Amino acid sequence: MPLVDIENLTVSFPQHEGVVQAVRGMTLRLNPGESLGIVGESGSGKSVTCMAVMRLLRQPPARISADKLELGGIDMLRASPRQLAATRGRVAAMVFQDPMTAFDPVFTIGHQITETIRAHRDLSKSQAWSEAAALLTRVEIKLPGQVLVSYPHQLSGGMLQRAMIAMALSCRPQILFADEPTTALDVTIQAQILALIKDLQAEFGMGLIMVTHDLGVVAETVDRVVVMYGGRVMEEGPVQEIFDTPAHPYTKALMGSIPGRLPGKQRLVEIPGASPNPADPPTGCPFHPRCTVADARCGTDAPAFAAITANRAAACWRLQ
Amino acid sequence: MNQPVPIPALELRSLSKTFYLPRRGSFLPRTTAHHAVTDVNLILPQNAILGLVGESGSGKTTTGMMALRLVQPTSGQIHVDGTDITHLDHVALKPLRRKMQVVFQDSYSALDPMMTLSQIVAEPLHIHAQGTPAEQIESALAMMERTGLHRSYGSRYPHELSGGQRQRVAIARALILRPSVLVADEPTSALDVSVKAQIINLLLDLQAEMGLSILFISHDLSVVRSLTDTVAVMWGGRIVEQAATETIFADARHPYTRGLLDAIPVLNPRDRRQRQFLTREQIQSQIPRICGPKTGQLVQVAPGHLVEAVQP
Repeated sequence: MPLVDIENLTVSFPQHEGVVQAVRGMTLRLNPGESLGIVGESGSGKSVTCMAVMRLLRQPPARISADKLELGGIDMLRASPRQLAATRGRVAAMVFQDPMTAFDPVFTIGHQITETIRAHRDLSKSQAWSEAAALLTRVEIKLPGQVLVSYPHQLSGGMLQRAMIAMALSCRPQILFADEPTTALDVTIQAQILALIKDLQAEFGMGLIMVTHDLGVVAETVDRVVVMYGGRVMEEGPVQEIFDTPAHPYTKALMGSIPGRLPGKQRLVEIPGASPNPADPPTGCPFHPRCTVADARCGTDAPAFAAITANRAAACWRLQ
Repeated sequence: MNQPVPIPALELRSLSKTFYLPRRGSFLPRTTAHHAVTDVNLILPQNAILGLVGESGSGKTTTGMMALRLVQPTSGQIHVDGTDITHLDHVALKPLRRKMQVVFQDSYSALDPMMTLSQIVAEPLHIHAQGTPAEQIESALAMMERTGLHRSYGSRYPHELSGGQRQRVAIARALILRPSVLVADEPTSALDVSVKAQIINLLLDLQAEMGLSILFISHDLSVVRSLTDTVAVMWGGRIVEQAATETIFADARHPYTRGLLDAIPVLNPRDRRQRQFLTREQIQSQIPRICGPKTGQLVQVAPGHLVEAVQP
């Protein structure tokens, strides 16, 4: 049974200017112990997909529909508030991009971690406190006792992100969602946090969904990649194959625009134009206005997301 | 025959900055000295891009702000196009400000939300009284077009734009006075991959076209590799290594630089590896031991390649 099973997910937000279509028919599956990267630029729908499957979007305004939306076998579309509360944290936990705003500034780190532990597990305050200290030790925090009594503003970004990972792991979830966990961090701290997440994933046998716009993070951490653009999946496949032989024109262009691939000061291959407006997406394939190989059909009909080899799939007329 | 020595666009001579922070829990106004930048020497040649890299708190932004006289140095000198600007008052500095401009990381807070884009880009012309208001707006629109924004955007407001578009406006505003020095403080950090590539290309094109010199402050070594001619690495307020960009990538000598390079995410999953993370003490202990004038000074190990060394 897959840990995450999403079929034909659509998420939209009605606004004054029209309906913002954040996710437009997304299908995704995560198997136990697997790590999956969702790559895309701002507005591609990658974060909204995670928020929707965790049911963290307020409805209304969000409108969510799907043929299937399951976390660890639980139907998240029809789950009661009680079931949802039991699922979040215990089945799936989430690490956010900005740890400074994800923690409550008026409570200590220890208070917030023990609160989470005690919401899901039948432990006394002092048991939960020592459990929290053990978790902080596991995420390689040197003085856990001191960090537990600290307030978020007293800690550095890297330290807070470690504490957030500790909190996410406190109920031994089967799935960890990491939404741009290292974007706000320095490059050395980023490398340390990514190494930590990988270690913990192996140790706890968790499924990992890594949401990022950074292809370097994907190359470092995951087994399989989903590339999103304009609310749709453009391409999916094993990480090594995607990097070696990107098939979709968008994936190819994205790979070409990574800075620092080649030695020397030089212009990069850029993708002309801008990302589509989610309130008024182009007809047909969302990438066609910026695509170098698009033809008339690409502007009128959206290509189906279909298998191109045994373990890869893409949504492009050129590949079908 | 003596070659004439070219005047650098920007030269920093043993520049230092100490901030005095109020001491915690003290009733009397006592302060603690925080040495943000210590003895920084840098030369930005004409028509070149110099990358200043380092982690948060390494002093790279303070150095950039001092170069612009937006932060007053504690000691040392700043020369722009051969003129010492260290102690000029604001009246004497104003005409020189035309030569030195800045682009910040967060374009949202750098642009006045109440002004239209053409007003924002034309404002430097207005401040320096160049041309009539109509001419100012016209050259602002032309500059916006050059940075990739259609003229019709002139009457829009910053909140209507995406991050990449706002950064284009910030670049247009910085370049409208045709400066000789541009300090770009992490201008691409908040941008998406494809937008980042667009802004890097724009900076490269404008630099070549306008004969601009750029001090590019960044913690992203991948961007630095594509954009800069030389790199200076800062750590703990000091420059610990400086060389041509490719030399840094091929032959880094300082343990901190090597750690920084090792931390860059791989470009191919095939190259995944276990990394060693050095502590501050381990870095200290691995600083190369070379005979030099003084411990902590930069020593030349190859032409144009300077590295911090301790006495053996």
